[in-house]
Formats: sequence, C-alpha cells, structure tokens
Amino acid sequence: MSDAPRVFNRRTLVTRAVHVVAGAGALALSAAPARATPDMMSEAIRKLVGGAKVNEGRVTLDIPPLVENGNTVPLTVAVESPMTEKDYVAEIHIFNEKNPQPYLVAAYIGPRAGKAEFATRVKLNDSQHIIAIARMSDGSFWSDGADVIVTIAACVEISEQ
Amino acid sequence: MTRALVNVPARAKKGDIIEIKTLISHPMESGYRVGYGGEPLKRDIIQTFSCDYDGAKIFLAQFSPAVAANPFVSFHTVATASGKLVFRWEGDNGFEAEETAEIVVE
Amino acid sequence: MWIGGALADEIPRDQRRSGYETMRPETRAMQDSDADNPATLWVLDGEALWNKREGAAGKSCADCHAGAAPMKAVAARFPRFDAARATPVDLEQQINICRRDRQNAPPLAAESHDLLALEAFVAKQSRGDTIEPNREPGAKESIEAGRKLFNERRGQLNLSCAQCHDDNWGKSLGGANIPQGHPNGYPLYRLEWQSLGSMGRRLRNCLSGMRAELWPRDAREYVDIEMYLMSRAAGLKMESPAVRP
Repeated sequence: MSDAPRVFNRRTLVTRAVHVVAGAGALALSAAPARATPDMMSEAIRKLVGGAKVNEGRVTLDIPPLVENGNTVPLTVAVESPMTEKDYVAEIHIFNEKNPQPYLVAAYIGPRAGKAEFATRVKLNDSQHIIAIARMSDGSFWSDGADVIVTIAACVEISEQ
Repeated sequence: MTRALVNVPARAKKGDIIEIKTLISHPMESGYRVGYGGEPLKRDIIQTFSCDYDGAKIFLAQFSPAVAANPFVSFHTVATASGKLVFRWEGDNGFEAEETAEIVVE
Repeated sequence: MWIGGALADEIPRDQRRSGYETMRPETRAMQDSDADNPATLWVLDGEALWNKREGAAGKSCADCHAGAAPMKAVAARFPRFDAARATPVDLEQQINICRRDRQNAPPLAAESHDLLALEAFVAKQSRGDTIEPNREPGAKESIEAGRKLFNERRGQLNLSCAQCHDDNWGKSLGGANIPQGHPNGYPLYRLEWQSLGSMGRRLRNCLSGMRAELWPRDAREYVDIEMYLMSRAAGLKMESPAVRP
C-alpha cells in the first residue's frame, strides 16, 4: 500500500468515490423491471375519477421536497372538510409517476375521523411528482401535488454476508 | 415474530378528536428487487390495514408495494365511547396480525 | 508508515456533534418519539427476550440483573476491556458471553433479529446518558489500535475513515450529508437498510463504500474501531436506538 502512487488529492478522491458508488447502484438496478411513467399515473387517476373533474385545493400533501433516503419517505395528507355526517372526506388516494406502480397508498376514512388527515411512509424510486386526490362525500375530487427530489445514499451496502 | 405497536390515548373526553399511531414489523418486500445473489425476491407485502371501534370500521388503508418496510400509519378518530379498538393487518402469504387497545371515554 | 503518514486532525471537542444534528427534521421526528421510531418494534421484542428464561441454566437476563434498571448507562460505557483475556468486548459480545456463562445457552448469531432486539432493549436504558472516556486498564491499547485503523487508507479508493469523518464532515458525498461518524445511537434503524442494524454492519458498509476487503464478522478490528469511536464521542449523549438516513 505504501508505494501506491498518490495521484488524487483528497477532494478528487471523495468525488471519485461517489461515481463508483453510483455506478454500482445502476448495475444493481438493471435487473429491475421498467418504471411506471407519467402516462401510467394519468391512467390510474382516470380509473379512480372516471370523467369527473379533479379540482385543485382543499388537499394539502406534506412531503419533504428533498429526501435523505428514498426507502422511507414520510408523507402526510390533510383535507379541509367539516367532517359531518353529511359532508366528509370519504377517500384519499396517493399516486406517483416513477415507481414500478403508479399507486402508493389509499385511505378510506369517513365522518367519524373528525379530522381528515393521515400519515404514512413510502418508498420512492426516483425524484418525481406525487399527487394526492381526495374523494368527498358529494362525489367531488380535490387534489394537491408535490415534487420530491430523492438523493442516493452514499456508501450503500453491497453485500451483507 | 410479528410485533405491532399501537398508540392510542388511554383516556379522552367524549367528542375529542384523538390521534392514533401504528407500527408493525414487516419487510414489505416489493417484488421488484433482487437478493445479494442476484435471485429475484418474491413480493411479500401487507395489503390492508384497518381499525374497528365502537361498532364500525373507522379507518381502512390499502397498501401498494411502495409502502415502506415496517409500515407506519397515523390517523384520527372522534372519541365516541369507552371500549376496544381493534387493529388488523392482512397481506401476502396469508399474513394476518391483530392488536387491540382500550380507551376510556368520559 | 502508510500513505498520507500523519494522522488527520481530530475534530475539536467543542465541535463534536451527533449525526442527529445534521439529519433533516422529518428524520429527527422519527427518532424523537417511540411511537414513530420503527426501532421500538425491536425494543419490545428485546424486552420480552430479556425476561425469557433461556438455556440449560433456565435463567433470564432479568433474573441476574434484577430487572432492567441496572442497565442504565451501561451502553454508554461499552465496549469494555476484558483485562483477563486482553480483548475489547462490545455489547453484542457481552450478551453472548452472558448466554454462555450464565444461561448455558447457545450464542445468538451476529446481526440476527434476537441479538439486535436484546441489544436495542439494553442500549435504550442508556438513552440520554453521556458517553464517558474508557479508563479501564488495557483499553488505551485498543483505542490506539482503533485510532490507527480509522486513519489508515484502505481499499481500491485508498480512503481512510478520517478523510470523510474528520476532514470532510458537514459536506456532501453525492446527495448525502457526511456525518462525523459517532457511535452514540447503535443499534439503529437506518432508512437505507429498512431495518435495525449494528455498528459492525455500518462499518462493513463503509468498507464496501471504500472498496476495501471486509474483515471477518468476528474480527477484533471492528471492536477496536468502536472503542476508538466511543472515546472520540466522549461527552455526546446516547440516543439508542437512533434513526439515521
């Protein structure tokens, strides 16, 4: 080791490490099936809403704009609603455009929730647009969207023997 | 060994909106990954999570393979009556788990 | 003498801080409450194992230790140095020593669910306790061995641990923040792993990242590095079981 040529300064070494790690990641992913596309997401949304109009507003999708690890991304959806027997949020559906499948999660709530808000954690394959759509008791749809940047973890596990 | 953790306030006033948090140990294997030896890893996910309270299903979630491992869900409900909340998770390969919590409503 | 001969400068005491400080708020929130921290699932399993009678001796951990209270601050003082056998012993090894000597039970496999669960339960009793420098006779030798390993360049990238964690902490490696590399939260739930994992697993990840050969699972090198890292982290508070990206 001691007679190895010293070609790189520390700064280049660290940059170089990133490239090698990213290269290994790409290799590991090559076996995975093709990703979903924005078209697949649109199709999934069409299946949910049929021909109905999806309004913007009343829904707040809270998801970090820059996530530290795509394996566990926390998200919260809250919908403005009086949550009475006559006027409530019935369902909340969350979609993505670049995971293998366009669906992330769906929640069925109803007037007894008192507050139309739920949280969970999802895996995101890549930086992409996420859409939350709420179906109200009157049949109307409301939505919010957010862009998420997913960074690649450094020094990922290659093998755990 | 499946371990579930539910957090429900022990006491609440009638009409209060309470927050419920749940965690369960599960790999949520998406079916889109390969193992260290290059072999495809078969899908193994929880498909549904629900909560029953005071005579009705008050919350139901449908999970896709994209829900993160050891699924976390939080949601709300109105404290209506003292009694038991029953949480159920069901999924691939016959996976079933149930957990309960008691609440006193005054 | 290895390349880059001189030891890198250590981080000044008053600048040492837990990886928690540089995490994003949503990741900190996962650690802040037991109801949100997935590691709690392991802690609960660990508590059950702590109270379970095991092995030919038919004794539980709780039978000897009179409950979990005596475990307070214990993880903040591990690894300890076993003077009789002239070797450092980390918490996982100590659990298996207890199983052998007190319970007459087979050892739990490294990185197994049960070992991580027991370790998480024990380490949690030290949450908030301050890491103290290890002054046991013999510990100094292990700390120095760990310090040397930490500063040695290795692997195809010819990197040392110190180059990232002493010289470049706070900067980015790809999109990830480079932490100072403190051991104050193990075993911890890593979002990347989607699971609880040990200090040893983290060190093996770093070695993989450096394109270096891994030491065997039970190699003393891992425990020497852990000894050094704990001395380097003296003054920080224990967070086990922590959450990290």
